[in-house]
Amino acid sequence: MSFDPILAEHRFGYGHSIGLRGPESLDTMLAALAGPDHAQAEYPLPPFRHIQDTFVLWRRFQRFGRANPDSKEGKSAAEKAQNIRREAREEHAQWFIRHQLRRISTRDGLRERLVAFWADHFTARGKNLLLSHANPAYVDETIRPHVAGRFADMLIACVTHPLMLHYLDQNASAGPNSRLARRNDRVRGLNENLAREVLELHTLGAGGPYTQQDVRELAELFTGLGATRDWGFKFRSAMAEPGGETVLGATYGAKPSMDHIRDVLTDLAHHPATAAHLARKICVHFVSDTPSKALVAHVTQAFLDTDGDLMACTATLLNHPDAWDTTAPNIRTPDEFVSASLRTLGIGADALEKLRLSDVRKHFFRPLRRMGQPWYAPGGPDGFDEADAAWITPQGISARMDWAMTVPSRLMQNLPDPRTFVDHALGGRVPKPVRFAAQAAENRAVAVGLILSSPAFQRR
Amino acid sequence: MISRRDFLARSAFIGCSLAASPLATPVTFAAAAWDARLVVIILRGGMDGLDVVRPVGDPAYAALRPTLAAANLGLDLDGYFQLHPALAPLMPLWQREELGFFHAVSTPYRDKRSHFDGQDILEAGTDPRGAFARGGWLNRMLQVMPDVRADTAYAIGNNDIRVLNGDAAVANWAPDARLTLSPAALRLAELVMEDDPALHAAVAEAQMLSDSTAPGGGGGRAHQKVARFAADRLRGSARIAAFSLNGWDTHRRQDRSLPRSLQQLSETLLTLRSGVGADVWGKTAVIAMTEFGRTARENGTGGTDHGTAGLMVMAGGAVRGGQVMGRWPGLDPANLYQERDLMPTADVRAPAAWIMRGLTGLDRSTLETSVFPGLQMGSDPGLLR
Repeated sequence: MSFDPILAEHRFGYGHSIGLRGPESLDTMLAALAGPDHAQAEYPLPPFRHIQDTFVLWRRFQRFGRANPDSKEGKSAAEKAQNIRREAREEHAQWFIRHQLRRISTRDGLRERLVAFWADHFTARGKNLLLSHANPAYVDETIRPHVAGRFADMLIACVTHPLMLHYLDQNASAGPNSRLARRNDRVRGLNENLAREVLELHTLGAGGPYTQQDVRELAELFTGLGATRDWGFKFRSAMAEPGGETVLGATYGAKPSMDHIRDVLTDLAHHPATAAHLARKICVHFVSDTPSKALVAHVTQAFLDTDGDLMACTATLLNHPDAWDTTAPNIRTPDEFVSASLRTLGIGADALEKLRLSDVRKHFFRPLRRMGQPWYAPGGPDGFDEADAAWITPQGISARMDWAMTVPSRLMQNLPDPRTFVDHALGGRVPKPVRFAAQAAENRAVAVGLILSSPAFQRR
Repeated sequence: MISRRDFLARSAFIGCSLAASPLATPVTFAAAAWDARLVVIILRGGMDGLDVVRPVGDPAYAALRPTLAAANLGLDLDGYFQLHPALAPLMPLWQREELGFFHAVSTPYRDKRSHFDGQDILEAGTDPRGAFARGGWLNRMLQVMPDVRADTAYAIGNNDIRVLNGDAAVANWAPDARLTLSPAALRLAELVMEDDPALHAAVAEAQMLSDSTAPGGGGGRAHQKVARFAADRLRGSARIAAFSLNGWDTHRRQDRSLPRSLQQLSETLLTLRSGVGADVWGKTAVIAMTEFGRTARENGTGGTDHGTAGLMVMAGGAVRGGQVMGRWPGLDPANLYQERDLMPTADVRAPAAWIMRGLTGLDRSTLETSVFPGLQMGSDPGLLR
């Protein structure tokens, strides 16, 4: 088994699109990934700074409104604060559309899939109203620049991002003997949340060689990582625990500094347990719930040999014959299923960019929730499930079928002719029953829905 | 991977003609031979048992939790323990002895304090160092029960409920789920799915459930819809329901975050109670369990970190409530687990097993080998009326 242009798009991208040529070879796939990020350039999103500015502005109006509830100016300020919230929700829906358009229009689908994979691996969510819209910006800043770069750089970018510091409570964690704790009587001290998840989820894995003591020491080493009241990054040496900390046997500097934090994260990024944990997760995600031992070992070795060069790991994965094995294919996640459906139907910017918040909720946000995968909102920092069994549930598959039969016709004036669309959606490899259903269905909407619901489309 | 819906797929394949297929023919459900109801709620995130049922009588308590102990006044339960005020709406249940607690319990999981491993072990019902068993413990209980039908047990919600995963048939559904296909479209769907047993079975089950359950009516938030749906099923032929409540991972400002989750728990229990009606409630036991408790000391940010022993909540007319059960280990530093967490004095599987024994009559050896392999149930704590 080796490179196959149809499987290349189906398994490692968001499927085939009617107007776009797929990759001709492994080399063109990898060259695209190594090259510039066209999708981001074409559909840019505002930076995290934009969320911060919105937050500052909202807070100013909101506070003034609260302080002056009876005056005309106060009422007008409160109204402005409300409008800012409403506009933020509208904007967030537009970001979802751009996020889809990147996947729909790209010829470098592998990059978009890698972004989705790592964004889930480094799940961070805002726990207040405006930060809850920050995910797209967070992913653009921490994940996208590094999907073909070094894992250590991605890890450092994610772990030190204000959204992650907020999500896993690092922001408020102070060393018990830090300067701030000693001069301030209010109880202040450690919070272990981020340190534990870095070891368990982001690097070594739950079975990794660490103890509660390592969690504690890493939490002490992380003290000082924080955010300003406007959610800018700030290293607060006054909150940092003095003295050296020992994590996995290595001791990191006595004086609080960002350098030690970068050092420990770099060491964790290069650790053999991290290599094994990530290689397995990559293979499970892209190939099968039960990837061959040879494939996992191969990717692990590439990770170790290159100190976590993700471009090398991806190339190694794609060059291995087992990556093209189709005996036990995965089911697409709901997020992937929706994007692949839009892409294969050729639903483009003209149809999507005019959608308002209420449409995006109705056509995407609520259906994705019913399918089990609300946009960028997994239940915990471990992200969404990789196991197919978690997705193939009666309620989840019902939600997919319901979406496939109803939403495309609301987004397109004319649905495609199912008899030709079936070839196109399945890359010409059409199982007989699907071809029969495509021409036998009572109307186009049902036919298209059945094609998108077919195992050949849902699995990859 | 497809285990629990296997039977549906197979029945469809055996019955080759469309008329015999579950996709085309709604199956009639019948009640199980046993009459008791068991509801299992998985509290995800690690509920802080020490803040929910507060050991104010323990001399070490106040010093361990200077902020949390002072934040809001508890409600007296028995002179030693106080209830978190966010559960005040449940006090009438406590007084009627329909609400009880089992303190200082834990799964056999130790030391890594991972939510995800902790929840897996809680739902598997196994000891990670002991015997392996497939699927979740509630499913293994179904496997040894008579007259289990496709709708005897419901796993409810939009996410996987692993405690009910396994070889016994279980209905998986959500209050807002619906599959509405014309009969013709349904036949084509079956044709399209025929070579994929897992997808085929999911659609077959969806079709049966769509036909047999009314759309989730009524308003309220997600947890109330789930509770209402569960109550609706339990009032009929269902005997078991399992679902989860999230939001218990209170690392920071627990005085603000925990009450929100407790309010959900309290509304869930009250919705179940009113939903099933007095008669069924009298035969019902609800158990709410979590992957671990939290640190005995509050942390530096007004919250608590991952710990070990925690609290099990029991409710229902079948429960002998009005008491805080379990052996209290004390909070003196020497009595803490690793000088950090509440010391476990019982395996959380033991009270769950005693409740199953009381509700269904399953014998002890089955519970200790098939349902919870390797568990020592110990003496009967008398959890049921």
